[in-house]
Amino acid sequence: MSVVRHDIPLARRRSGREHLVGRALIYLAATLLALFILVPIYLIAVSAFTPPDRAFDFPRSVVPAELNFETIVFFLNAFGVVDSFWRSVIVAMITLVLALLIGAPAGYAIARYAFRGRSGFRLVILSTRAFPIVILAIPLAVTYRLWGINDSVIGVALMHTALALPFTVLITSSVFVSVPRELEEAAQTLGCNPLQAFLRVSLPLALPGLAAAAIFTWVLSWNDVFAAVILTLQNPTLPARILTALTQSPIYFQFAAGFVMLVPSLVVIFFIRKYLLGLWGRVVK
Amino acid sequence: MTARLGWAPYALLLPSLAFLAVFFATPMVQAFGLAFQSPDGTFGVSSIERMLGDARFRSALLTTVALVVLIIPIQFALAMSMALVINARLKGQGLWLYVYALPLGISELAAGIVWVSIFTQSGWLNSILMGFGIIDRPITWQSAETPWLLIMCVVIAEAWRATSIIMIILVAGLQSIPREFIEAADVYGATTWQKVRRVILPMLRPSLQVALILRTILAFQVFATVIAIAGSGLFVLAREAQRWATDIQNDHIAAAYAGLILVLSLFSTVLFLVLLPTKDEQQL
Repeated sequence: MSVVRHDIPLARRRSGREHLVGRALIYLAATLLALFILVPIYLIAVSAFTPPDRAFDFPRSVVPAELNFETIVFFLNAFGVVDSFWRSVIVAMITLVLALLIGAPAGYAIARYAFRGRSGFRLVILSTRAFPIVILAIPLAVTYRLWGINDSVIGVALMHTALALPFTVLITSSVFVSVPRELEEAAQTLGCNPLQAFLRVSLPLALPGLAAAAIFTWVLSWNDVFAAVILTLQNPTLPARILTALTQSPIYFQFAAGFVMLVPSLVVIFFIRKYLLGLWGRVVK
Repeated sequence: MTARLGWAPYALLLPSLAFLAVFFATPMVQAFGLAFQSPDGTFGVSSIERMLGDARFRSALLTTVALVVLIIPIQFALAMSMALVINARLKGQGLWLYVYALPLGISELAAGIVWVSIFTQSGWLNSILMGFGIIDRPITWQSAETPWLLIMCVVIAEAWRATSIIMIILVAGLQSIPREFIEAADVYGATTWQKVRRVILPMLRPSLQVALILRTILAFQVFATVIAIAGSGLFVLAREAQRWATDIQNDHIAAAYAGLILVLSLFSTVLFLVLLPTKDEQQL
């Protein structure tokens, strides 16, 4: 027997017309909220594709008269931008690999084993979120000078890994929880050892979720500016380069910079959109 | 089998624990070591005193607290509206969620610049207001002489950028509320507002608590958005920490500022745990 929402006794329901008005109001609210998110993205895109010599035209037209890549090209040709762009990409890649290599086993352990200290470890991981990340960068800069990895790609990547690791552990554990452990056990009764069972059964099933976690780690690193500014000097990541250049650069440089930093984020959210609730919802629990 | 592999989970946890010990716990302790040390290496409160006496300290503290106090309620109102819209199961539910979640991946700096393009003198806001004939000459939104306008600009930019994470947590929380509860309220003729007030909000309390704690901690660290929008018109704590670390190269006072952010974060966390008690505190 299935009870559909609309089977609620008619006498108790609000009239159909009232319902329609309510629905229309929800659609209106939904649209306004969506415009609040989307319109600024459209405006920065138009700003970034407006040529530099028209950057100060006023009033600006929401429907642009002239669009080209001049501003973007100007930005990419500015001193050090391409270097720091690739540096950011590399830092984010190292962070992704380190965070997954170090964090995923812990996530797997939490998901699969009942052991002493399991809830204690979870608590440690969760409590890291109560500490502002801002406080890590300053002492790490001192330590890095001692280790000789100050102003380096690996130094920034290590800091970003510390930032991402708690998320990676929680997210990967929620991914492995969603892969039925019975499948792994079945593989073991059929003669696989635990490692084979993991590699041949759980890992392939967990792969999409792990990829989503990895992508999110990547964007966490790509977006960081505070740690990067503190830990680098001559070799900044892209956000660090842009931040220190803000005051001396023309406004159209900023528009292009903002847009270039924005694009990967939009792409990333598109790819992990199906996992958003799973990733974050379960992290809470 | 479990007995044979009793060591396995610990071996799997070890890399994470070791990494967090070196790159999380140690710097956290070192930060306090730095803050309670003067540059010549003697321990004491001289660095803290220098921070308190710093010309920008008062302004940085007040601005940061003002931003947190303004940003958090606005973000929760927005996030709650978004979450209720998603929960209303409109057509194209996935698309609405995607749009609302878009800013999740957008950095502070990028978001700041996006809103610079809107608030700047020859920017979009003035252009649109002129287009509708509401103003006849551009208004200066970003001026150090009107810090309240600057603060409002930052609040709007932050509301745009960082509401998504709260929205996601609330949507996940809403989906865990059994539909029967809301249907029961329907059967008894509850209005939408009554359903929100009497059923949804109480059941959402654990999610709200987590989101409040997370978001407030992040809000105390507000940094690049402020620099992008306000230039040298506003000072905030994280920015002072960065200035002392990189420009003045005094790690001790930088650490004192960072330590202050930590103290404020922990204070707000405790405050939310006390104000919004849930049955299961492990939700954090």
